Amino acid sequence: MAEVTMTVNGKSVTKSVKGNTLMTDFLRDELRLTGTHVGCDTSQCGACNIHVNGNLVKACTMFAGEADGAEVSTIEGQANADGALNVIQQAFQDHHGLQCGFCTPGMVMAAASLLKENPKPTEAEVRDYLEGNICRCTGYHNIVKAILAASGQDVSGIAAE
Amino acid sequence: MPKDHGIGASPKRREDVRFLTGAGNYTDDINIHGQAYVYFLRSDMAHGKINKVDTEEASKMPGVVRIFTGADFEGVGGLPCGWQVTDKNGDPMKEPAHPVLAQGKVRHVGDPVAAVVAESLEEARTAAEAIELDIEELPAVVDMKAALTDGATKVHDDLSDNLCYDWQFGTDTETTDKAFAEAAHVTTLELVNNRLVANPMEPRVAVGDYSRANDESTLYTTSQNPHVIRLLMGAFVLGIPEHKLRVVAPDVGGGFGTKIFHYAEEAFCTFAARQINRPVKWTASRSEAFMSDAHGRDHVTKIELALDADNNFTAVRTDTYANMGAYLSTFASSVPTWLHGTLMAGNYKTPAVQVNVKAVFTTTVPVDAYRGAGRPEATFQLERVIDKAARELGADPIALRRQNFITEFPYETPVAVAYDTGDYGATMDKMEELMDIPGFAARRAESEAKGKLRGLGVNCFIEACGIAPSNLVGQLGARAGLYDAATVRVNATGSISVMVGAHSHGQGHETAFPQVVAEMLGIDESMIDIVHGDTSKIPFGMGTYGSRSIAVCGSAMVRATEKIINKAKKIAAHLLEAAETDIELKDGQFSVAGTDKSVAWGDVTLAAYVPHNYPLEDIEPGLEETAFYDPSNFTYPAGAYACEVELDPETGEVTIEKFVSADDFGNVINPMIVEGQVHGGIAQGIGQALLENCAYDENGQLLSASYMDYAMPRADNLPHMANYTVDHSCQTPCTHNPLGVKGCGEAGAIGSPPTVVNAVIDALQSGGHKVEHIDMPVSPSRVWAAMNG
Repeated sequence: MAEVTMTVNGKSVTKSVKGNTLMTDFLRDELRLTGTHVGCDTSQCGACNIHVNGNLVKACTMFAGEADGAEVSTIEGQANADGALNVIQQAFQDHHGLQCGFCTPGMVMAAASLLKENPKPTEAEVRDYLEGNICRCTGYHNIVKAILAASGQDVSGIAAE
Repeated sequence: MPKDHGIGASPKRREDVRFLTGAGNYTDDINIHGQAYVYFLRSDMAHGKINKVDTEEASKMPGVVRIFTGADFEGVGGLPCGWQVTDKNGDPMKEPAHPVLAQGKVRHVGDPVAAVVAESLEEARTAAEAIELDIEELPAVVDMKAALTDGATKVHDDLSDNLCYDWQFGTDTETTDKAFAEAAHVTTLELVNNRLVANPMEPRVAVGDYSRANDESTLYTTSQNPHVIRLLMGAFVLGIPEHKLRVVAPDVGGGFGTKIFHYAEEAFCTFAARQINRPVKWTASRSEAFMSDAHGRDHVTKIELALDADNNFTAVRTDTYANMGAYLSTFASSVPTWLHGTLMAGNYKTPAVQVNVKAVFTTTVPVDAYRGAGRPEATFQLERVIDKAARELGADPIALRRQNFITEFPYETPVAVAYDTGDYGATMDKMEELMDIPGFAARRAESEAKGKLRGLGVNCFIEACGIAPSNLVGQLGARAGLYDAATVRVNATGSISVMVGAHSHGQGHETAFPQVVAEMLGIDESMIDIVHGDTSKIPFGMGTYGSRSIAVCGSAMVRATEKIINKAKKIAAHLLEAAETDIELKDGQFSVAGTDKSVAWGDVTLAAYVPHNYPLEDIEPGLEETAFYDPSNFTYPAGAYACEVELDPETGEVTIEKFVSADDFGNVINPMIVEGQVHGGIAQGIGQALLENCAYDENGQLLSASYMDYAMPRADNLPHMANYTVDHSCQTPCTHNPLGVKGCGEAGAIGSPPTVVNAVIDALQSGGHKVEHIDMPVSPSRVWAAMNG
């Protein structure tokens, strides 16, 4: 067991963890931040995407110990200060970019990283960026549309909601 | 102007806020104080005789609470099958035992042999490695036709062979043979409907809990139908009376059929919690899901189409081998029969249709319903053989279909179902318009200028949703009713809780169902909440599958709301001192016809619960009504789909360049949600056509047990927005349910696969390649081999 200290969604957290505790288990079991989901065991699906020091990370690919001293942000920390949905979250709701909601936290975290790196992506760039995220419900159409809308681009001309 | 509320509007989904903020409550998010964790030790061989499972050393490992094996489940029931199919000789299907943990033999990779319950998952997993297994490997049974040969290794030693049933349905053999003998042309096609894995993004989870205080068991589970699980597990497996068993399916992360069924892990956690008097939790890993979730499809078919000299279809005959896997999953037996054979007429007035299905046991994971369930298999073979016939006859594939369309309704098919309504010409017209068929030649020329081949594929389909009525399905072998139920509970201040038997796991019921009640009562949707997924809160309903929720449960909700309105009018009449027959309800106000006298919705609801001024001699206080709705028929959504593919002859790679769906879902409650369902269905259909394949080797080893090996559709595998349109403007309302709705959940997955394959074959033919068929997934290697083979 080793003590780790990190900032999670703006709050400092100190916990004892085992060396082999995955970040997903740390967030879900130790901090009860269950919005970070586990959809696979091969780092393919992206449901566990979080931000570590501003970078998009699949939480299943790192140990909690590796986040010692890091700034960590999860889906629970994405809403605006007043609790309202942020621009990306709101766009997902406006454009029906989610159905069962299980992959959604990972999609929102990926979208935030994309728009930070590339504020006005093309459709092809959005689809390419989502290579590491699997959604089984939506066919991605409305996810792509939501991300384009969140970037401030006009999506009103796109046929089919 | 689109409506902004009620039926036909697209309000934003209310469930989205919790999902977008990480506040959803999925089963794996549930932790009960004192819970133990279970790890299942699963067979790594396809078939073997269990000589010994020695748990002695493992039991002494740190953290182990108890280890269970098949022996612990002797005297406990096996997992039941919910549908008894009768074969063509009148005999019942063979129904092998399906123990919770393997007894005597293991029969597929993933078959659970032992279950280790420990203080932590890590300790359970570590202890499982110390279990000594002595399993004598037996020959795997993988190929269905080989499984039926004399002397084939038997999956179940107590059965006479590996044939579950040999089923025949539709037109009699003499009439069918005569039609083929007299045909001017017969087209034959042999094909495979590839085995798939449903892959909802949330793996299955079960948490069993037991209360000594009241002898009550609770199961939290990732299910599409908690009451079905309660009935099957309580009555057939564990012998727990229903009033002592609660099943909760909270937020569920997608289902697509695979979460309909009652699984061993659910029974285990419920059983073990009682045995050790502690909560027991199991969470599937994705690899575990691949080898324990029921798979889908896996049919091998020969289909023949007979035509007369004028290109009229005169007969269809099919011969299908359907893989059941090692055991009969909950509804496995119904999929290749009543959900497949009944759809074999398609959209066409073919006078003779005969369906033959042999269901086969193999040493593979059980196969059951996956999005579409039998209907995609029927559509694929029929629409592929029609395309081949058109090419052989030099006919236009659209014209050939149109010529044979059913145009008068109701229409009784030779395969027992009666289509109540439809307009297949209208969806075809809409598809042609949106697809710009006349522009195809120019688009093909553009592709060819780049060195690519371009193909156009079209497809029509019919589906049958909301399987019913119960008395009919009972005659066909169903061991359950197929009604649904809703309770409308109006509160004193006028807000409403609607408890429904349907379960929402992505379909947006919490948003769409209130639209219906709000429309009927003329009140705001925000006053209405939907309650689902907990047998202790909802009436006995059958859950969500087969695109049934709005057609069946929605109809129950309408009936219950009608009862509410009838009673509320009586109360209003009393308050207004008027005759009940003069009371009108509009915009949440009860008024006396022809006067300005009225009372508001809230006045009436308050009177119902504070009955100081109330007709107590005539009616009871309170305002709560339940309705059970058993439909008189299936609903029959239909559609016409088309796509254009570009094929790179250098690599065999296929890309979808244009895709159009024109569906007829009858009336639509929430267009945004309906279109979302179609998008998802199309993605799964394109996935089946181009990417997905659940593969076994000849030893029965599962080769595709992770997302590294099983190709899920990703965002860049699907058509881009500018070249993709889903449409549901053609609407012929269902004639027999109160909302005129038909169901939309499976259409995309049914309509897409033949559309894509037809387009690929068209592309190849345009390049001079005489390829008549490629089995799905139409991968680059398969295309390249077909071109160069």
